[in-house]
Order: sequence, then C-alpha cells, then structure tokens
Amino acid sequence: MHDVKTDSTLSSPWSGGASPFAMGSKKLGMWLFIISDALTFSVLLIAYSYSRITNPDWPRPFPINPAIIFSTTMTVVLLASSLTMVMAVMASQRGDRKKTVLWMVATMAGGLLFTGLHLREWLHLIEEGATIAHNPWGTPLFGAVFFGITGLHMTHVMIGVIYLGIVATGYGRGKFSAEDVEVNGLYWHFVDLVWMFVFPLIYLMSVKY
Amino acid sequence: MNTYAHAEEAHAGASVGTNLAIWIGLVAITGLEVFLAYEALQPALMLTILIVLSVVKAGMIMSFFMHLKYERFALVLLLVPAMIFCICMMLIFFFPEAFRLLQMRPH
Repeated sequence: MHDVKTDSTLSSPWSGGASPFAMGSKKLGMWLFIISDALTFSVLLIAYSYSRITNPDWPRPFPINPAIIFSTTMTVVLLASSLTMVMAVMASQRGDRKKTVLWMVATMAGGLLFTGLHLREWLHLIEEGATIAHNPWGTPLFGAVFFGITGLHMTHVMIGVIYLGIVATGYGRGKFSAEDVEVNGLYWHFVDLVWMFVFPLIYLMSVKY
Repeated sequence: MNTYAHAEEAHAGASVGTNLAIWIGLVAITGLEVFLAYEALQPALMLTILIVLSVVKAGMIMSFFMHLKYERFALVLLLVPAMIFCICMMLIFFFPEAFRLLQMRPH
C-alpha cells in the first residue's frame, strides 16, 4: 500500500532514500527545535542560578498559601492538558477525527486556563509592587528573572494554544494528517516539560516561611 | 494511501493505562516536591532533590508522552547526548565562577 516516496524512506541506507530515524521530516524538525529550545531555557535557568548565588538578598516572595497552592494548581492543569494531548494523538492514530479534535480542544482549554491563572499570579505580584526592574523585597534582578523566565514560558503556552487551534481545525477538515497532530503533541509536551523545571526552581525554591 | 501512511502505522506507543499511570506518577512527584517545600529543607538539599525529581519527570514525559521510548534508539543518540554536552559546557563555566562569587559575598 506504500507509494514510491514512502518506500524510499524506509528502504536500505545504501539506496539513497533512507530515513535513519524512520520518521517524517516534520517530526525530526520538531525534535531538533525542542532540543534547541530546551537549551534556551537551560541558559535562562543557569543565569537565574548565577544571579541568585551572587545576590544575598534574593527575595522569597511566595507563601505556601496562596502562591504555592495556586502555582501547584497551575502545574496540575498543565499536566492534565498533556494527558488530553496524549489522548488526541492516540485518537488521531486510530483515524478518529472527531475525538481527536475534541481532545485537542480540551488541551487548548487547559492551556488557556493555565495562562489565565498565570496572568492572575502575575497581577498579584505586580499589585504588591514587583516590576521587571524593581520590587519591594530585595535585589531588583528578581523581577527580570521571574517575569523573563515565566513570561517566555507563557509565550510558549500561548503559541501552543494557537498552534493547537490551527492543527485541530486543519485535521478536522482533513487537511492535516495524524503526523501533524503528533508533531503538535511533541511541542505541547515540551511546554509541559519546561514547566517541570520552572515550577520547582522559581516557585518552590522561593517559598516564604 | 498517502505519504503519511508509514507515520500513522509506525507507532503503537503506550496504552491508555500506561499513559494514565505515568500521569498519576507525574502528579504524585509534583505533590512530593510541594511537600518538601512545605517542610522547609536546607536550600542546597532541597535544590538537589528538586533537580533530581525534575529530571525524572522530564524523562517520564519524553519517554512516554513524547514517544521517545518507542522511536529508534538512533534518535535518542542524536538528541540526548548533544543536549547534555551543551548543558555541561554551560555548567563548566557556571560553577567555578559562581562559587568564586559566592566566596566574595559580603557576610
């Protein structure tokens, strides 16, 4: 049932058309992007660690109640959206377009809820006097680090929601394939994965006791 | 059948039950992290435990949710060592300088 192009990508490495990773170029491209983006976040988190070590008066502005409980809720929401994305990818691999779109819409809802909760958290800190260049608790670098890292992550979430919307619409209309949904899933899980480092390092390491 | 045929057929992936178990595991580890924050451990110990738990969570997400466990091992070899090498390069510059500055802190 394979056409010529498909067969050429699966044939031996010596026939000129082999795909050493047995996957389409879109998926490989997304993996390479994810690794480069992971390094971007690594640099930011290492820069944060550096700033924190060199500034003795680094603020710890997050009390367990409400800030940590709030950010834990955000984490669970983002994790839940990863599970709905897994379900979307599985439905797309069965060829069930209706369920795929529904699970992707659920994932978008999770992403939007996370963004909404995160913006509320931001507004709360801004109300307390924190800005990029100033805060009432300690070194002014805190604002740049906090808003910079969580802002870049939130940007990724918002781009992910737009990306999900485009792929869900296209897949529902039969323009996109299950591979497109899977590549979209890789991006979404990566956004979740980054938060698994941002949440402990930014929030849990800055608890106010 | 279109050119995407092999991509749609290639991945059996994990079952719903396995994915659900991984998800429950991720939520449980998050709960443990928050509990450790509540217990107010020493910052250095806390940081070490949090980094280890985060790496475990990242491994679970990459292996199961991102299907890396079910891809060819060549892909793991392409992606993971390069990333670890780059992060090690950053840390090689980070640690000596960070500890030097730590010594220079006003006490």
